[in-house]
Amino acid sequence: MEPLIQLIDVRKKFGGQEVLKGVNLAIYEGKTTVIVGESGKGKSLVLKHILGLIKPDSGKVLVFGKDMNKIGSKELKDIRSHFGVLFQNAALFDSMTVFDNVALPLRERTNASEEEIKIIVNEKLNLMDIEYSNEKYPAQLSGGMRKRVGLARALVLNPKIVFFDEPTTGLDVAKSNEIYRVFHRTQTKLAYTAVIVSHDVPKIFKLADYVALIHEGIIQDCLTPEDFQTSENPAIRDFVEETMGLIYESEHVEG
Amino acid sequence: MILRQRPRGVIIIVMKLLEKLGELSLYYINQIGRMGIFLVLVCINIVKPPYYKISYVTKQIYLIGSLSIFVIVFTGVFTGMVLGLQGYNTLSKFGSEGFLGSAVALSLIRELGPVLTALMVTGRAGSAICAEIGIMRNSEQIDALECMAIDPHNYIMAPKFIAAIISMPLLTAIFDVVGIFGGYLIGVVQLGANEGAYFHSMYKNVEYNDVSMGFIKSLCFGLLVVWICSAKGYFVHLERKGGFGAEGVSRATTSAVVVSSVAVLVFDYFITSVLL
Repeated sequence: MEPLIQLIDVRKKFGGQEVLKGVNLAIYEGKTTVIVGESGKGKSLVLKHILGLIKPDSGKVLVFGKDMNKIGSKELKDIRSHFGVLFQNAALFDSMTVFDNVALPLRERTNASEEEIKIIVNEKLNLMDIEYSNEKYPAQLSGGMRKRVGLARALVLNPKIVFFDEPTTGLDVAKSNEIYRVFHRTQTKLAYTAVIVSHDVPKIFKLADYVALIHEGIIQDCLTPEDFQTSENPAIRDFVEETMGLIYESEHVEG
Repeated sequence: MILRQRPRGVIIIVMKLLEKLGELSLYYINQIGRMGIFLVLVCINIVKPPYYKISYVTKQIYLIGSLSIFVIVFTGVFTGMVLGLQGYNTLSKFGSEGFLGSAVALSLIRELGPVLTALMVTGRAGSAICAEIGIMRNSEQIDALECMAIDPHNYIMAPKFIAAIISMPLLTAIFDVVGIFGGYLIGVVQLGANEGAYFHSMYKNVEYNDVSMGFIKSLCFGLLVVWICSAKGYFVHLERKGGFGAEGVSRATTSAVVVSSVAVLVFDYFITSVLL
């Protein structure tokens, strides 16, 4: 199967520091790929390369088979019209109400009438269980609700690929679970390809079809969650032990 | 040993100075380049479809233009009053009070009106534009727009540019008229200059060229202010001293106001020298 998104030997330096040292990754249609790794190791940077917000120093980022560095602004716009993005802090427009935030892509990119927009926006807000917050401003919402509004906005044009940048960061366990349930519900209904950047291990494994670990500037491997947890790759084994192992050792050993 | 080390120390200091100078030069060349490209992109987005909605432009005209009217009227009337006062006292020494009207009107229409209006709009609206766009940049709202395939040059910048270009000449006209009235209040009503002479000298000496010079200046200043203030906000993350967080936005806003004000005065000289 041809990958929908492919990163080939992507390198990126900031100042003198090389953050990405030859990233290779393939993302397949209809699947959920989770990129995990320690904080500050370049997970979000990989995402920004795929979104075309940052250009690599060398290497290729292919989306729908097109090199993101070689296409013009019109083609980039066409590709992005298939994207939905949930940013780490939701990136809602703080001077607009929830309704206007979700309606923005419809108003700017389609010829839908206000009546049609109202129906579509309400349908998406219903899907997120936040239809009662229509007239509120982002500053009046909790972190979890803001993420759900961000997701509603990301999904309003039924995109082919949805990107999630740390979707549960800063949320408590109950709110995180709620976001995962919403994600699962919407993906089942809308059948989009998902790329999730997260460090919420092991919970995120339940949603993933593939898990990729970024460590020392490269993708160590991209495996199914089961294979990932039993991988012999030393970096993956260390990561699994660090994130899923015991927090402390008991002094009393049974036996 | 000390004698041997001294030349090496000097060389190191000179090299570091040169390195710093090179770094600064590269930064400013880069900044001029990206601001130039930014201006071109916005201009392209103003003329090519998809067109921004008229409602966005009217909203910006309200924010940049209508909300500045009070400040403009206030500064305009006091500027005119000072001109009336100074002009009357100077002209009366030569027995030429009859020229007070033309002196006030020409100073306002050719010079003070466009310049002071631009400075007021920079302080009131330019700073707000820079801060708004800077916060949008730092909270990833501009990235979000790009990812939604909505061009920020079209959606955010184009309406602001058009609004500034429309608002500035209108505000300048208000400033001029109110200023002339302020000069009348002091020169004629308070100091007793002849009312007929005040308006007749104005009518006789103010020509179409004077008005068109003021109009061209106000158009250029409108573009200059909105360009510098929006570009400073848009590139806040690329500021030399770090443009992150609230402090970064406040630094960019201060810099936008200072650079715009200086640019208005510098360009005023060049435009005047070309048009005279």
